[in-house]
Amino acid sequence: MMSFLALLTRDLRLAVRAGGSAFLALAFFAAVVTLVPFGIGADSALLARTAAGILWVAAVLASLLAFDRLLQLDMEDGSLDLLALGPIPLEAIAAAKGLAHWLTTGLPLVLLSPVLAVLLNLPSRGFLALITSLAIGTPALSAIGTIGAALTISVRRGGLILPLIVLPLVAPAVIFGAGFVGSTIDGIQNGAIWLLSAFSLGAVLLSPFAAASAIRIALSG
Amino acid sequence: MFEFANPKRFMDLSGTVLPWLAAVTGILLAVGLYLSFAAPPDYQQGDTVRIMFVHVPAAWVAMMGYGFMALASAIGLVNRHPLAEVAAKQAAPLGAVFTFLALVTGSLWGRPMWGTYWVWDGRLTSFLLLLFLYLGYIALWNAIENEARAARVAAILALVGIVNLPIIEFSVDWWTTLHQGESIFRKGGPRIAAVFLWPLATMALGYTGLFFTLLIIRMRTEILERRIRAAAMYSGT
Repeated sequence: MMSFLALLTRDLRLAVRAGGSAFLALAFFAAVVTLVPFGIGADSALLARTAAGILWVAAVLASLLAFDRLLQLDMEDGSLDLLALGPIPLEAIAAAKGLAHWLTTGLPLVLLSPVLAVLLNLPSRGFLALITSLAIGTPALSAIGTIGAALTISVRRGGLILPLIVLPLVAPAVIFGAGFVGSTIDGIQNGAIWLLSAFSLGAVLLSPFAAASAIRIALSG
Repeated sequence: MFEFANPKRFMDLSGTVLPWLAAVTGILLAVGLYLSFAAPPDYQQGDTVRIMFVHVPAAWVAMMGYGFMALASAIGLVNRHPLAEVAAKQAAPLGAVFTFLALVTGSLWGRPMWGTYWVWDGRLTSFLLLLFLYLGYIALWNAIENEARAARVAAILALVGIVNLPIIEFSVDWWTTLHQGESIFRKGGPRIAAVFLWPLATMALGYTGLFFTLLIIRMRTEILERRIRAAAMYSGT
């Protein structure tokens, strides 16, 4: 447990320092959300209808930023080999990486989203739903992104292929997450939030195993 | 299964089987095409119902292809069967093309039938995601230089993406969608008229035969390429 926390603290510190990705993701999130109204026009009604979707897509794209650095840096300087030999299993290492990513990227996105939702004219009924859906869905993004990072460790410029791998896998989260906000605004009860929760829970619990297998393959080569 | 781990045995066996498989596939496709044109027009859709005979088999083979790829990946990962990895690698482009064909033929069918080329419902969306899963898998294979490592990493990706297959299959039950529900693989048997079922089944068998014919050809080509590379290495060129 202490080792897990030590690894987690190390990754958190690395992420918030200069060259880390914590604030970069927030800035990218804001930049994407700012860019969309230039593209689709500033019609308030249109923005209100599409706000949830825009915020969700921007959250996915902002989460993607940090993934290629997540494991590749450790691989290059040899720390991943040392960690693999350490006291905690590789699955726990992968889980720690995913958790660190969520704490430094996902959680700040959740906290910033209401501010940006105001820019996009999201109806007030939807704010709580937006925060809830992002809070439940961003862990899934971090978990699946960790799998993608593990798969592309040994790829030069793996940052280009990682979105191609990760986006089809996180599509259900976007569908259910944005769908939940939309149907709450319309006053419709459907199971979207439960499906999102189930997807998120499954992703968070199962991703360390897939990521650890991929890391093992990369280390054995 | 492990008798065929030896590439030479696989080459011998597949060399014998391939002409027969290709011939049977050709006959099935020819008969299927004839039956597709001979079937009467549907009372509602008219002649456009015939697109079903190229669209549905392509979709079935696209999903079967991914299942085959995932199974081969699992065998390659767990049992370290060398030809399983080759099979998975060569199945991916085939599956991707069948997925693309299913999407295009379905889109062309959708225009006269539903009035639209595309709709973001459960079935079509998850099928589009299947295409991206295939493309990501192929990209991952090409991105990693070490062949053995690429095989194992791609195998993990194939297995992670397998969750999409049940979603595609059951999407028409779970969500009210524009795409029609299950007509054939359902409790109580097929709900489709026999005069349409025969061309459909024949074309489906033909498409499956085509998939495996092309797969065997591609696997044989890969094995020959590896032999050439090995021979070049040993001769120092």
